[in-house]
Amino acid sequence: MNTLLLRLLAGSLLLGGVALGALLLTAASSDTEPAPPGMVYVAEGTYQPLFKNPEESEPYTVKPFFLQETAVTRADFLAFVEDNPRWRKSNIATIFADEQYLKDWPSDLDFGPEELANTPVTNVSWHAARAYADWRGMRLPTTAEWERAAMASATDADGLGDPDFLRRLSEWYSQPAPPSWPDVRSTAQNYWGAWDMHGLVWEWVEDFNTALVRGDSRSDGDMDRVLYCGSGSIGASDFQDYAAFLRYGLRSGLQADYTVSSLGFRLAMDVPTSSPDDL
Amino acid sequence: MRRLLSNYFLPPTPDDPMKKTYRFTSLLAVLLLIAASAILFTRCASDDVSATEAKASESSEMTETPAEYTVRPRIRGSVTPASAKDAKPNSFELPPIEGEEVATITYAPEVPPPITRTHASRVKVEMKVTETIKERADGVNYTFWTFGDEVPGPFVRVREGDLVEFTLHNHPSSKVPHNIDLHSVTGPGGGAEATLIAPGKSATFEFRALSPGLYVYHCATAPVGLHVANGMYGLILVEPKEGLPAVDREYYVMQSEFYTDGDFMEKGLRTFNQEKALQEIPDYVVFNGAVNALNGDNALQAAVGETVRLFLGNGGPNLTSSFHVIGEIFDRVYTEGGIEANQRNVQTTAIPAGGSAMVEFEVAVPGAYKLVDHAIFRAFNKGAVGTLNVVGPENKEVFSGRTSLEDYRPAEELSSN
Ligand SMILES: [Cu+2]
Repeated sequence: MNTLLLRLLAGSLLLGGVALGALLLTAASSDTEPAPPGMVYVAEGTYQPLFKNPEESEPYTVKPFFLQETAVTRADFLAFVEDNPRWRKSNIATIFADEQYLKDWPSDLDFGPEELANTPVTNVSWHAARAYADWRGMRLPTTAEWERAAMASATDADGLGDPDFLRRLSEWYSQPAPPSWPDVRSTAQNYWGAWDMHGLVWEWVEDFNTALVRGDSRSDGDMDRVLYCGSGSIGASDFQDYAAFLRYGLRSGLQADYTVSSLGFRLAMDVPTSSPDDL
Repeated sequence: MRRLLSNYFLPPTPDDPMKKTYRFTSLLAVLLLIAASAILFTRCASDDVSATEAKASESSEMTETPAEYTVRPRIRGSVTPASAKDAKPNSFELPPIEGEEVATITYAPEVPPPITRTHASRVKVEMKVTETIKERADGVNYTFWTFGDEVPGPFVRVREGDLVEFTLHNHPSSKVPHNIDLHSVTGPGGGAEATLIAPGKSATFEFRALSPGLYVYHCATAPVGLHVANGMYGLILVEPKEGLPAVDREYYVMQSEFYTDGDFMEKGLRTFNQEKALQEIPDYVVFNGAVNALNGDNALQAAVGETVRLFLGNGGPNLTSSFHVIGEIFDRVYTEGGIEANQRNVQTTAIPAGGSAMVEFEVAVPGAYKLVDHAIFRAFNKGAVGTLNVVGPENKEVFSGRTSLEDYRPAEELSSN
């Protein structure tokens, strides 16, 4: 009688506990911090820059951060230009974007056929990407953050050693650009939950123009030599990852007003230093 | 905190693509409040575990500490320091520039006509870079990275002393930046730094064609090997001011090799294979960018009595060509693309990767002459074969053709019977 009740109570508590545990596990998949909607948590880790100061041998530490799950889409960007007339293609100041800005948008508030709504927005300048980030109360990821998130394969935070992963991501570079990009979430989701880090479009980073040089001890002249000469591979920490080379090559060829048909962006956010329960 | 709150909790705008996730977040937040300590515990524990795992995987990659040994310092000779004060006037004089023209450019195997000008000019050259799928062989396709939309890139012909105004366009549909390093340029990077451009951009620079000769140009954007392996090379001739000796026909032939994810002639859209490139084991060694680019209807042509000049280049990226024309002897070879016809009667001439050669020969007997890389498996197993068809009257005194055909019975065989 009493024992039975107790047993029932204990049993239900146990079941409830298991259920709660399962819920928590699902919610906090792997080692994630609860991320804001549409974003994924990338835990603290290291990232080895492709080009670095010879005196520096320590890998670079990347603090935990939130990264947008997908690239910003045309529909997202439409909401931004609706709210911000000065970033519409007919209004944009020439210092903020070149002539190709949103070039495949038929007009200011029309990104083209509805089926392109969920394709990544491209032909946006760095200035425009930052303005969008401001509007959303966020920022662009740094090179270190982007590369740290991008080196994850589907199953591993560090996928660089996986030859299949390398081959797959290099395949993108082996195909010419299609007339329009596929939707976001059309390639692969990586260990952190981020979609399309490889195989959809290039993405702007906050420090694209300084990404090659960390610290002042390496002159631009030396960097040029590493980049342009036949000895281009010597500075690389992992020559196998030539896809990373291509990203560095692209970033080094950009300026803040450039718009490129294969270059979009996604947003990032700092992880609050306070613990989640004092929200 | 306010920003954070708005991102987590404030109601979404109607067309917010993140809408679906808000409900989930709210639920999650409630759960968090209930079980904050449990979560904290779980997270801290998993962080510790992942950190330990990271450490472990790092250290497992390190090799065992070898036994003690001594590294002795290298011995080096000294280099006399140079300072700007040591600089002196150059030994050459630059000719005055008269007039302006647009360079004639042609696609392989065609060569622009000889330059008849007797003075140096400002010469404009424009080239666009594209990334485009083309046939490598029947049914075998590849995304070539090109100068001028073709592999090899266009042939450029300028005159010694010309001031070349070179403009490179990177097509907006390109995925990666490109540039050009012309070996005919005297200056840093051969123009590579000056022309590095993102997709959708153009860059212009000028150089003096100081030194006559036949030069390779190629893309030099990191990773250089990949850009060259994908087809980014061509030839530029800086014609000597006195011109080259007149010939009847000139052709542009450029060898290169390709490393793919398939076997030789495996159909489909093939991609670049880094491993094969590092090992220098190509699937294809070809003339003018494709198997049979110089065979069948595309064969080179000449008539008996004519003198043929071949402008030969080798884009590499890795192999040296042992260039040979089966059944012909090169009367004159300008080795390594210099302007001295410094060798006569050559059977096979070497063309280094990133280098060139000019050969001249008079044809005497009609027939099909095969152009090959005489590293012969490349010719018959990897595609390095072209054809020069010579037409005209037979010359039996030079070459009779077959005059008899009989059974052969060796003497020892006859005696044993
Ligand atoms: Cu290139």
